[in-house]
Amino acid sequence: MLAHPERFFEDRFGLTPSAMERLLGSSLAGRVDHADLYLEYRVSEALVLEEGAVKKASRHLSQGAGVRAQSGERTGYAHTDEISLPNLEEAARQARAIAAHARTSAVVSIDRGRQPHDLYSLAEPPLAADLGRKLELLRSVDAAARAWDPRVRQVIASLGSEEVVVLIATPSGLTVGDVRPLTRLNVTVIAEDGGRREIGSHGGGGRVPLDFFLEAERWRRFATEAARQAVLNLAAVDAPAGTLTVVLGPGWPGILLHEAVGHGLEGDFNRKGTSAFSGRLGQKVASELVTVVDDGTLANRRGSLNVDDEGTATGRNVLIENGILRGYLQDLLNARLMGMEPTGNGRRESFAHPPMPRMTNTFMLAGQDDPEEIIRSVPRGLYAVNFGGGQVDITSGKFVFSASEAYLIEDGRVTAPVKGATLIGNGPEALTRISRVGNDLQLDEGVGTCGKDGQSVPVGVGLPTIRIDGMTVGGTQV
Amino acid sequence: MLDLLADLLTRATTKGATAADAFVVEAQAFSALVRLGQVDTVKHAREQRLALRVFVGQSVAAASTSDLSRESVGRLVEDAVSLARITSPDELAGLPDAAELAHPPLPDLDLADPTGHDLSPEEKIDLARRAEQAALDFDPRITNSEGGDFSDHRACYAYATTHGFAGEYRASSFSLSVAPVAASGGEMQRDAWYHVTRKRVALDPPEEIGRKAAERALRRLGGRSVKTAEVPVIFDRETAASLLRHLAGAASGPSLYRGASFLLDRLGQSVAAPSVTIVDDATRPGGLGSRPFDGEGLSVRRTVLVDKGVLASYLLDTYTGRKLGLPSTHHAARDGSGVSVSTTNLYLAAGESSPEALIRSVTQGLYVTELIGFGVNGVTGDYSRGVVGLWIENGELAYPVEEITIAGNLLDMFHAVEGVGNDLVFRDRTASPTLLIGRMVVAGS
Repeated sequence: MLAHPERFFEDRFGLTPSAMERLLGSSLAGRVDHADLYLEYRVSEALVLEEGAVKKASRHLSQGAGVRAQSGERTGYAHTDEISLPNLEEAARQARAIAAHARTSAVVSIDRGRQPHDLYSLAEPPLAADLGRKLELLRSVDAAARAWDPRVRQVIASLGSEEVVVLIATPSGLTVGDVRPLTRLNVTVIAEDGGRREIGSHGGGGRVPLDFFLEAERWRRFATEAARQAVLNLAAVDAPAGTLTVVLGPGWPGILLHEAVGHGLEGDFNRKGTSAFSGRLGQKVASELVTVVDDGTLANRRGSLNVDDEGTATGRNVLIENGILRGYLQDLLNARLMGMEPTGNGRRESFAHPPMPRMTNTFMLAGQDDPEEIIRSVPRGLYAVNFGGGQVDITSGKFVFSASEAYLIEDGRVTAPVKGATLIGNGPEALTRISRVGNDLQLDEGVGTCGKDGQSVPVGVGLPTIRIDGMTVGGTQV
Repeated sequence: MLDLLADLLTRATTKGATAADAFVVEAQAFSALVRLGQVDTVKHAREQRLALRVFVGQSVAAASTSDLSRESVGRLVEDAVSLARITSPDELAGLPDAAELAHPPLPDLDLADPTGHDLSPEEKIDLARRAEQAALDFDPRITNSEGGDFSDHRACYAYATTHGFAGEYRASSFSLSVAPVAASGGEMQRDAWYHVTRKRVALDPPEEIGRKAAERALRRLGGRSVKTAEVPVIFDRETAASLLRHLAGAASGPSLYRGASFLLDRLGQSVAAPSVTIVDDATRPGGLGSRPFDGEGLSVRRTVLVDKGVLASYLLDTYTGRKLGLPSTHHAARDGSGVSVSTTNLYLAAGESSPEALIRSVTQGLYVTELIGFGVNGVTGDYSRGVVGLWIENGELAYPVEEITIAGNLLDMFHAVEGVGNDLVFRDRTASPTLLIGRMVVAGS
């Protein structure tokens, strides 16, 4: 749809490369350590089906520019949603004001070393796909979920699609652009039986075309999974309370890694010394069975990017290798201040936010064990296969994530489904208790959104089946 | 701004809309983060968004843009009308009856601070610096900090409909927060304190916010788990307010008509102990949640949600009201993304007991100061969250606890309220006094 981000912004807003150069040069260069201009144009669309009909449709356009100037540890950031040269000059003046008292230094020219990737060029981006086909998809989802079980009372299916065009320019003359498609199909089902109501949900997507949902009738699986979970939960018993052996299923339960270690390894917290992982590089923070990577280079994944929001090519970064802490997730500022390399993890929600270190797709590599044998190894425990959200206190290391589908394990067998319960642990310690790692690594279906400091970005997670010897389970059954 | 909306609505009608409403916001924001005494990040922002909702017969669609150029506004109208042509008709869709619209003069709720924004960036940075410094100076164990943050925001909102409503208002907000880190023997704990107001002069002194933040971080040092048990649980004001938000979510129209609420079909029934009265008051002068009209142009009012334990009202806009066969309770909220239902100033009415007396009444129990995670199921009311707090022994706060959870069901929890504090303060859009809940399961070691 859009061949070239540079040309796009030039045609639309008259921002020629020389105009941008002049802006950054005259306003910023030579007075700060780093400066950049970020231009963004975003169109998003949402279609919602409920009560059997698509009754809600919306389309939103956002555009704007952010100008950033950094000097030492200081960042000045100004943004405007009117992209015009006078507005950008004003933003640059405001961003620079922050550096006014700082020492004068030459602009540091950053050598990115790596070339941007080409991870999601689509012949037909999801936003451009025919509306009639999208409505048909949602209707099919509704019918499939309702057909699953007569106890299905309500189906809410939504399809969101967006396309974001970004262009990043620095005074060192580097400009890099990216066109980022993203789509997500979500299904929520309410089931009812004898006055008891329960909810189930499933979904997925990525930087993929609409046809992604049609491959092997993926849409049908999303629909029936949501229905199955809602109906299953109608029979769920109270979850146990206390410390238990926990087996996590493959895929989305990888949210464990995101909360337990991912956030704590973001460069900003470690530079500031406020993370429970600060100063622990080279130390053992997990069982030797555990290797965790953050990989922004996986084709078409929700958490992937060709370049991060500072223009650095994304990478495959090993965070924990055989239990040893190997690396942090870095943006330009924190990499510079810590004397490390940027890792392609400088991300932002939109032009209205300065970038900071964020995850992309975070997962644990597969191990040797047969998943069924892992379950058989547990005399009494919890088997959790689906989760809602999670959260972490970076400084104390305490993290939670909440199961939405879980079962008791009794004598090595999966038995009764239990109600959702929150699991709580301590990041630097929880992964040391991993005693089994399955050979069944799966990445999630493409639904993750990570919040940090008020900014949301799409991410992915992944996990093989694992056994954790002792985690606190927040049920009600004492 | 009202001229812009009138023009937009005319264009929508010309393109085939049978009814429409439009909303615009223009905002300016500034924030300054000071960390360890040095300026860390300063942000300036100008934002605008124009949103349109159109009805073509009984079909509806919405569109919005941050680009107010004539071309883009034309595109906005085209997008909205063409989307409305593909959505399914809904016989209940539509604007509220014209007779229900708020009549001028709209109330002046004193939401803007005409002079408060006049501070220079240096003065704003200094407020953040003073707040953080007070935390750093409070105790030698305060060794680090995520910083002190001052921010201010001013916006002008306007809303108009094709059937005759037009209103606009200005609002301000100011906030000051500090997040210090306390350390001792290799352990680190972070906590924070903040204040948000509509008038800058009403902000608590920076030093007070900093000291309070330091005290909160320090009292977490030495946190440990406890044995799994069923005990009384006291929620401090901030964590108690989160329980009100969960209840309000279940009482809101969209959750109800989808059958996704544990309060479904409970109007007029007991949903809490008789000591619990919960009110949503959109008319509070200077209130952080106040507004002079709701998101569909209806007048604002005070709504009793729970009256002495009985569910007295839902929270509805026009559409969700029609779905449930009830009138709107004037809780529509409008923003760039569309119409939703929201509370305004939601609070639980103060009781008689001092927080100290509530703590003294507990032999063994938990005092909750922070909740983490998303373990709240609005369909069933099932509740399970991570907790930071203090353990109560023989009526006294004995030691800090962490890496534990509390679990129960929200309906059972509200019914089990055994004590309501006398310490209600409107610090946020949602406010609660300290609450004592008779029994909950605490999971730990």
